[in-house]
Amino acid sequence: MSIIEILFWFLSALAVGAALMMVFSKNPVYSVLWLIVVFFAISGHYILLNAQFLAVVNIIVYAGAIMVLFLFVIMLINLNADTEPQKNKWLKIAGVIAGGSLLLVFIAALRQSDDVIKAQVSMGGEAGLIKTLGKTLFTDYVLPFEISSVLFLSAMVGAVVIGKKGD
Amino acid sequence: MQLTNRAKQVDRKPLNIAEKIYLPAVLKGMGITLSHIFKKKATIKFPEETRPFSPVFRGLHILNRDEEGRENCTACGLCAVACPAEAITMDAAERLPGEEHLYREEKYAAKYEINMLRCIFCGLCEEACPKDAIYLTETFAPANYSRQSFIYGKDNLVIPHPKENPEAFTKAKGLIDERKAKANQEK
Amino acid sequence: MILLAVDWAMVLEKTIFIAVIITISLVVALYMTFGERKVAAWIQDRIGPNRAGPLGLLQPLADGLKMFFKEEIIPTSSNKALFILGPSLAMVTAMLTSAVIPWGDKLELFGRTISLQIADVNIGILYVFGILSLGVYGIMIGAWASNNKFSLMGGLRAASQIISYELAMGLSLIALLMITGSLSLGDMVRQQQEGLWNVIVQPLGFLIFLVCAFAECNRTPFDLAEAENELIGGYHSEYSSLKLGFYLFAEYINMFISSAIMATLYFGGYDIIPFYDESAWGFSTNVMALLGAAALFAKILFFIFLFMWVRWTIPRFRYDQLMDLGWKKLIPLALLNMLITAAVILWWKL
Repeated sequence: MSIIEILFWFLSALAVGAALMMVFSKNPVYSVLWLIVVFFAISGHYILLNAQFLAVVNIIVYAGAIMVLFLFVIMLINLNADTEPQKNKWLKIAGVIAGGSLLLVFIAALRQSDDVIKAQVSMGGEAGLIKTLGKTLFTDYVLPFEISSVLFLSAMVGAVVIGKKGD
Repeated sequence: MQLTNRAKQVDRKPLNIAEKIYLPAVLKGMGITLSHIFKKKATIKFPEETRPFSPVFRGLHILNRDEEGRENCTACGLCAVACPAEAITMDAAERLPGEEHLYREEKYAAKYEINMLRCIFCGLCEEACPKDAIYLTETFAPANYSRQSFIYGKDNLVIPHPKENPEAFTKAKGLIDERKAKANQEK
Repeated sequence: MILLAVDWAMVLEKTIFIAVIITISLVVALYMTFGERKVAAWIQDRIGPNRAGPLGLLQPLADGLKMFFKEEIIPTSSNKALFILGPSLAMVTAMLTSAVIPWGDKLELFGRTISLQIADVNIGILYVFGILSLGVYGIMIGAWASNNKFSLMGGLRAASQIISYELAMGLSLIALLMITGSLSLGDMVRQQQEGLWNVIVQPLGFLIFLVCAFAECNRTPFDLAEAENELIGGYHSEYSSLKLGFYLFAEYINMFISSAIMATLYFGGYDIIPFYDESAWGFSTNVMALLGAAALFAKILFFIFLFMWVRWTIPRFRYDQLMDLGWKKLIPLALLNMLITAAVILWWKL
């Protein structure tokens, strides 16, 4: 086993383990912290794939900003293990069905991952570097990129509107 | 209603642009603090340097001795009567034969206590004393751990012997003689 | 096994260098506490600590020792694991950033070329940003785990403040990145060595960055997270002994690192004199590298002094003023700065 393989298995185990801990933690604050660990493990995977930019952006955006806000909200409304509401049996079944469908979609997607790997290899393992990423985003995918930014803008405007309603 | 004409009218105009940026004000403030770095420091490094005492400073008491080292106090009780804080208590005793070198007169204070927590350092005891026996010095009341230790007995109060320990004697006496001379002059 | 097929000499070199950097930042942070007290004293016409050792130079050791011997209190109603995790995280994130800062040029020792930078990754500045955004976890976790309202308020304030100012900081950086065209801190310094220092090109950007750096380090006038007159001690109200020491220490290390980053980004890093080619002096590489490191340190010390100077001059903001400044003033200014920079680059095809 090379050092990269060891790192890969270690990070994978960390990601899966932390994800499970996140789901099974009774205390929502613990869940958030485990989720941050998951993000770190995934960032580690990005680095192994030579996608340092993605790795760091993953940490800045998800671990550094979004999860801070999550933690913020959870701390403010003071969710505890005891305030967790009793779940409906039907709700549980619905959850299992939804989760199972998502898993199916993932498996279906991963079956065709050979093409993706080939595309990655054809770029000489540099798909994740800023230069390549920026060029692709602003040439081939410029329309979806801009549309998604408009989507974010509308979300922002919506948040401001909701926030302004009070006064 | 205007009582004096010293009241300063506060300017409540809205801030102009230069003031709204805050930066000029911030820089001005920082200039002031920077200039203070190079100013003369007000600190007095206490144990090595001390501030000059006022000639009328009133600190801890001492019980005086005369030039031969005999205690002046005759336990007359005038200081205790004069004390507004009732901090002074004493027990009188008669001088026995053979103790002439210890006490100047035939009556002396066997016990003399001042409660330094009650004392207000007004100096009335010093003024009441007919025998030049009690004086207030330039020493501060020091810190201690228990209330009991602030009740000063004769062991803390009596001045060091002028012949056996002349250095400590002059140091404990401090400015008393000067003060006495000045008081006499005024009289 | 190919497992051990690594350049052991390089591993050793980097390990030693990391140890040196960590030691230096700890010692600097230690003496910053002393410097802070001295600067505060000078500004207030006092002398400051001068009793422990010659000129009071052993004061930080005495302070540390005092902190070490204090009673370690973990409140019974606190969350123990997170209560301990909080200060540790604050310390770790504070130390991590130093990895990408170029402390100097190359040294030539024992026939090897040693770069005075732990890792010259091509996303250096983003890495700094990422670690910076994690720094708030130490504060938030500790604050929440204390199970104390004042601590929680302090933690929440820290979180919202850091997130708000991170935006303006990022926007001011984008303008800088347009000019340098690289995210690597090493490249940025090399560009500034050959050309202008970035502060001349980006004065507004630097100003925004400076204000945001103050806010990110939780320093006055932005120290609302530990506003002692309204929140007791803010997030570290419940902490005592070395855990409190970790929080305070992390703050000083953060200050050191952000001074280093400001010096690197805007003031030419280890470049000694602007507008001047130092190679004309004809010193050897090693001497030049050490001189450069010394120059960087001088710049860092200046910024540290600036941090302290501002702390003892400007009073704390009110919370709404803080948010107003961040969102309504700095972010539009940073956007404007970005637009102007982009326009200039586009117009003159720089």
